[in-house]
Amino acid sequence: MKLSTFLLIILITFNFTNLNSEENNDKIKNKISKNIRCLICQGQSVYDSQSDFAVSIKLIIDKKLNEGLNENEIYDFLKNQYGEWISYDPEFNKKTFILWILPILLFFIGGAIIVKKFIVQKR
Amino acid sequence: MKNKIILSVLLLFFTFCFVVLYKGLNNSNIYVPETKIEKTLIKFNSIDLYSGNKVSSDQIFVGSEYYVLNIWSSWCVPCREEHPKLIKLSKNKSIKLIGLNYRDNPKNAKKFIKEFGDPYFVIIKDTKGIISVDLGAIGVPETFIINKDKKIIKRFLGSLSEKSLNEINLIIK
Amino acid sequence: MLAHQIGYYSLILGFFFSILIIPISIKNFNNRNKVIDNKVFSLSFFQFFFVLVSFFGLILSFVNSDFSNETVFKNSHTTKPLFYKISGTWGNHEGSLLLWLLVLTLFIFIFLIKSTNQPKKYRILTLLFQQVIIIGFFLFLLKTSNPFNYLFPVPKEGLGLNPILQDPALAIHPPILYLGYVGSSIIFSSSLAAVVEKHISTVWAKHIKFWILVSWVFLTFGIMLGSIWAYYELGWGGFWFWDPVENVSLMPWFCLTALLHCILVLEKRSMLGSWTIILSIATFMLSMSGTFLVRSGILNSVHTFANDPERGIFILIFLFLLILFSLVIFFVFHKEKDQKIVKINWSSKEATILFNNWFLMYFLSVVLIGTVYPIFLEVLSDEKISVGPPFYYKLIIPFLIPFLFFMSIGPNLNWIKSEIKKIKIQIVLSFAISLLISFVILNQIGFVGLINSILILATFYLFFITIKDFFLKKFKNYSQIFSHFGFSLLILSILFNSILSSEKTINLKVGEEFSFREETITFESIESIQNKNYKSIVGYFKIKDKKNNYVQLKPELRIYNQPVMITSEADIKTTLYYDKFLVMNLVKDYEYFNVRYQVKPFMIWIWISTLLLVVGGFLSLFKRSYEK
Repeated sequence: MKLSTFLLIILITFNFTNLNSEENNDKIKNKISKNIRCLICQGQSVYDSQSDFAVSIKLIIDKKLNEGLNENEIYDFLKNQYGEWISYDPEFNKKTFILWILPILLFFIGGAIIVKKFIVQKR
Repeated sequence: MKNKIILSVLLLFFTFCFVVLYKGLNNSNIYVPETKIEKTLIKFNSIDLYSGNKVSSDQIFVGSEYYVLNIWSSWCVPCREEHPKLIKLSKNKSIKLIGLNYRDNPKNAKKFIKEFGDPYFVIIKDTKGIISVDLGAIGVPETFIINKDKKIIKRFLGSLSEKSLNEINLIIK
Repeated sequence: MLAHQIGYYSLILGFFFSILIIPISIKNFNNRNKVIDNKVFSLSFFQFFFVLVSFFGLILSFVNSDFSNETVFKNSHTTKPLFYKISGTWGNHEGSLLLWLLVLTLFIFIFLIKSTNQPKKYRILTLLFQQVIIIGFFLFLLKTSNPFNYLFPVPKEGLGLNPILQDPALAIHPPILYLGYVGSSIIFSSSLAAVVEKHISTVWAKHIKFWILVSWVFLTFGIMLGSIWAYYELGWGGFWFWDPVENVSLMPWFCLTALLHCILVLEKRSMLGSWTIILSIATFMLSMSGTFLVRSGILNSVHTFANDPERGIFILIFLFLLILFSLVIFFVFHKEKDQKIVKINWSSKEATILFNNWFLMYFLSVVLIGTVYPIFLEVLSDEKISVGPPFYYKLIIPFLIPFLFFMSIGPNLNWIKSEIKKIKIQIVLSFAISLLISFVILNQIGFVGLINSILILATFYLFFITIKDFFLKKFKNYSQIFSHFGFSLLILSILFNSILSSEKTINLKVGEEFSFREETITFESIESIQNKNYKSIVGYFKIKDKKNNYVQLKPELRIYNQPVMITSEADIKTTLYYDKFLVMNLVKDYEYFNVRYQVKPFMIWIWISTLLLVVGGFLSLFKRSYEK
């Protein structure tokens, strides 16, 4: 395919005003199912899995989207049913704040060490 | 001196990690549902496997002390293993045994029942698996013990063992 | 069978030699000779030789389908094609450990031969420290993971290798990856030796750079192979899932990349010696922790080997003993005052390398914490959480921006100090061009979020600066230009691929069609073929665009007989501009198939750019031999 043709297709297809709501729904559905763990699989998301559980969850996501729930509400529903473990995006609460804060903390500590060791001269 | 402090801190830290990881090794990786909180059975609608009539959970979960909700399918091998135990359980008149046929072909489901026996008060269909998710189930077989206030008081993942059966009998006494 | 016997006894012999090396080298260490005794060379050669013979013994057992060997029985099958019988040797826990041993013994032997211009005591110490690791692995193998266990009565047929693992990319992925991991063992041993012998200097830096480069090249290439395999074999179009096993290969990579840059500072300016040692220790410790995480059953992953807590405990203890050992050596022997501490100017190459190391350590901590936190949380508070892609993206992507920026500036600064006034017009011009291009592209594809937009700008900046470096710089370092350019291309391809990819999933019967964007996809027919060890169902799809050009895709379903498994093989049409990806699955009890069609722009550039990264590192190896 010629480069110009390809670029033309890209230009046309990614003009977002043309996206119909079905495709939008699909996009959100895929986004959500990539963030949900398949509980009977060994480390796969519901998006990646074809197991019965994954298929059922995908149907539920579809159903809830059609009922008008937004993304966060769907995550909340599934977490309510199955526990925190099912979501790949850990919450920020008192059990997990260390998870989120520690890397940032280490980053700043690292920066401080660098400044101290190399900018402040040692004899 | 400073070096000794850093060394001791590091040694302490790594010892802590070692202990945690050592314990972590012995933890199971299998998903175990939380049974600390008693959840109320949500209301759901389904279709009777044999009559084809619409049926609501309100109509089923009424008039008994305990309900045993068993999720099964004809294609599920462990379901066959536990089926005789369900037959035994169904002899107890104080409970209602409800079968939820999960993601199954009705013909195959009926064949299964014909061959292995019908312990259920009623069999309802969950063709897409949506009701199971609404219940918080993760697959087949799975069994829920529900009390007369429609609270889920116990869950069994996988095929019912003798131990599980004894537990159930203790509860429904 | 004979191969089995030879394999087993060879392994024992190798173990015997590994122990013998210790007293002989200690004697050598203490004597007055300036060079290493030939005996030491011979012993380490025989150690390697017998492990090699043992390895071949195992390969032969697999090739002959000798099911009296327990490992062969568990992992092979008579109907396996020959190539996969051979690669099955290392596709299992025991065999892969034997491969570790093989590379460990090979590398130390090569090290001894290559390091003749280094002080004798340093070389012997490196050997001794490496032997600690080697003996540890021998013990682990012989005690918990013997590849030569007997089975009696001898089964007629094996349990078969997982069909997903029967794949060329995956066959060579472990050996390549292990070359990377084990290379870092040499770096580890020699760094500890350098600490004890006070040999941390420019001379040592030049010499160890070879091993750092070799490890890095193989580790990068190995990771790439794993991703390529995941892309076309796991069947869903993804190539990186932040799965614990993947993270475990990425963590030493961060360390190794940091080390690669840091060793330049040690070489050119005799600085950052202590930090170099710390990084060397960390790299190998991470490689070993990786081994623990994926073989012990502590983590839940699609890639893990068969789980066995006994093995986990052994590795855990071994790992922590090694950490203890390195900590003690470092703190006892390393005197900070021996190292020069010199002030670093803000606008110098050293500063940007320090910056690079700082950020790489941050990325390392994100991945490390994300991977092990769930374990710690569960042990300490009985709560189970999952940490997946959203966590990693949120924490890594914003930090990539300054990282890329300094990657662009760094090579253009001088050592020690650069005058800001003299910053060339080229650097500013490159920035202007990147700004323009980013603006034009963002206009076309629409708003992708503030952070992503700035990230695109930063990546284009690196992109154009490396191009400018390639053509206009006075003293060119081709390997650095290639690698940095490759990296910019990698980020760009990943970004645009992720933004512009699209897909549709639909249930389809034979004969039906659906339309997606400007194309029509028709499910023409299916065909059923019986192969050697599986039955295949191939679906023929025609994808037609507006101008009636068409492409045929043939995704396949495979039904294996041993073990019984159904896998889905995607069919991918790759061009320079996009990949068209089609995969189908059976829907239980129904006549239709679940079909997933994806259009993924610039997919191949992700692999090309990673290759460029590798080529850059590889070039550096040759530059050195030319320099000599």
